Amino acid sequence: MLTVGLFVPCYIDQFFPQVAIASLQLLEKLGCRVVVPTNQTCCGQPMANSGFAALAAGCDKNFIRNFAGLDFIVSPSGSCVLHVKEHLSDQHAPTEAARIRNQVYELTEFLTDILKVQALTASFPYKVGWHNSCHGQRGLHLSSMSELVAPDFSKPARLLQMVDGLELILPQRVDECCGFGGTFSVYEEAVSVKMGRDRIREHEANEVDCISGVDMSCLMHLQGILNRQGSRVRILHIAEILNARS
Amino acid sequence: MSAPIYPGKGADSSHARLAAIFNQDENRTNWHDQTLWWVRQKRDNAARQLPEWEQLRQWASDIKDHTLSNLDAYLVEFEKNALANGIKVHWATDAAAHNSILHEIIRTNGITRIVKSKSMLTEECHLNEYLLQQGIEVVDTDLGERIVQLRKEPPSHIVLPAIHLKKQEVSDTFHEYLGTEKGNNDPQYLTQAARIHLREKFMAADLAITGVNFAVAETGGFVVCTNEGNADMGAHAARIHVACMGIEKIIPKAEHLGLFTRLLARSATGQPVTTYTSHFHRPRAGRELHIIIVDNGRSRQLGREDFRNSLKCIRCAACFNTCPVYRRSGGHSYHTAVAGPIGSILNPNLDMKAHADLPFASTLCGSCTNVCPVKINIHEQLWKWRQVIAAEGLMEPSKKIGMRFMSRVLARPAIYRFAGSAARFIMRWFPFLLKNKSLNPWYKQRELPQAPKESFRDWYKKQRS
Repeated sequence: MLTVGLFVPCYIDQFFPQVAIASLQLLEKLGCRVVVPTNQTCCGQPMANSGFAALAAGCDKNFIRNFAGLDFIVSPSGSCVLHVKEHLSDQHAPTEAARIRNQVYELTEFLTDILKVQALTASFPYKVGWHNSCHGQRGLHLSSMSELVAPDFSKPARLLQMVDGLELILPQRVDECCGFGGTFSVYEEAVSVKMGRDRIREHEANEVDCISGVDMSCLMHLQGILNRQGSRVRILHIAEILNARS
Repeated sequence: MSAPIYPGKGADSSHARLAAIFNQDENRTNWHDQTLWWVRQKRDNAARQLPEWEQLRQWASDIKDHTLSNLDAYLVEFEKNALANGIKVHWATDAAAHNSILHEIIRTNGITRIVKSKSMLTEECHLNEYLLQQGIEVVDTDLGERIVQLRKEPPSHIVLPAIHLKKQEVSDTFHEYLGTEKGNNDPQYLTQAARIHLREKFMAADLAITGVNFAVAETGGFVVCTNEGNADMGAHAARIHVACMGIEKIIPKAEHLGLFTRLLARSATGQPVTTYTSHFHRPRAGRELHIIIVDNGRSRQLGREDFRNSLKCIRCAACFNTCPVYRRSGGHSYHTAVAGPIGSILNPNLDMKAHADLPFASTLCGSCTNVCPVKINIHEQLWKWRQVIAAEGLMEPSKKIGMRFMSRVLARPAIYRFAGSAARFIMRWFPFLLKNKSLNPWYKQRELPQAPKESFRDWYKKQRS
């Protein structure tokens, strides 16, 4: 039995606990022993992406304290995982920081690459519009990218194909950014919202029931716009779909 | 040296503000986005015609790496061979030196009529504005450049300078300056008018300025790529041809050219090759050929380890066309000669304070890096510029204070938990504090997330202990 440390991004902990619950239950269903370090906070990405990587030292230290010694660290967020993979550091614990950088996985890549999941018991008889989140896709290579001349693949889509009744629908601009971008969403509010609206328009034209992805931050931004517009389209993290009961 | 005036530029000329102004006309934003996305798709189709595309990118990147590492030697080799070919070679440390060298050539030869094909370097040096101050007019001969020049606007895109304008606006401009029929938007009619207008300028010009796409160290020759043949028209008709190039335009050998021309046109517009790919090696009898080799901050960028490979850029603008932010904010919102993602990593080197906002005009989605034909890690450099700009103290103090506060909360689990439950409490019971469209930019066009009663940790503690 694999022991997995569940890394719950701060905003999921506070605002989307159902995503962390689904991730926990899904990993347990798939036979993992899941450890949840309860003093975890944030990976430090908001500071680092705003130019203040130096201010993320406290977060890095706390992250290492919480996840030291775990063989696998899994998180339902491509963006936070990419940040840890690229930037986690601690001059007093360089070896442990390097080990964690190497052992941290986004949930769907952990399912396909480490657990090598071939079947799921989930059922979700709805039309799902898929949103490729940039950091998971272009940073962690969860799927092929429209810019590159390379074979097509998608780790999240492969998992969704194992869900009963689910109809997966890709937008025409298959991997255009939603415009969240962390603090970009407030400092560049006009462009950010315009980008989100354009993503939503494609999904609504496809008459999807919900939009899903691997990053709740992108989805939170899209949800904010959908709710303001009074749309019937819902937002669900992929963990919630993969964990949906039959 | 005066910079051109960017529309809407005022006290706060940040990208965010100019982009917000651009977005006030949503139909126009949609049109701009779709036009450039169409160019991006043409690029994708052209790239997919070549199964070896990714290998070509790698080779181009490697050749540029090698060249940048040996730039001193290749520049000297280029100069030696160019001189042997009879080309006059000038060196300029900065924009001012570049402009005064050109002015000197114009003055000593008694030149009055000048044409110029597209050169982003001369835009970067604000050559036209400088020469105008000396009472000398330069006529831009690239169609898009001529349109924006007549309108007294800077170009908004390095390959498609007038891409921000619609047919109707071009028609109005031509009606005003070239006397075309009012309201005639027919592209055939308008380009014919431009052709006649420019033909007169070509025939009369004494001096032609061009840019340089590639300069070959081995041969001392250079290549200029255009789709309109305007560089050739100018260079062949005028008595004197002056080509302006940045020091990074060097490639070692002629055999490397094919690689770059294949990548350039496909990345820029999805064409297999530019319509005109003209090779210049020596002046014709009785004529003069000059090259001005310009540094203007490039050697400083070469010395910045994190940013040096931005000098690989071949100015194809593929990163513009793919950038979801550029497409929805327009070139002028970048308030620089070279806009888009590449401009956002080049311009802070030229003036960090004036361009401190540009590395933040990105979601770091990474699409720019993927389309770049010479594999510049653009989005990573945007991230790194943010660190430099913050360290230099060039960000608004409020952002720094906010980030420092946030980092202190997030580094301490107990305080984080308290802050989290306090925030959820406020969102649940006093949402009006946050639902303020003028104070909370998130709320202006988006709802806030529904705050749950308990955090995941609260749930976990209850369920599992």
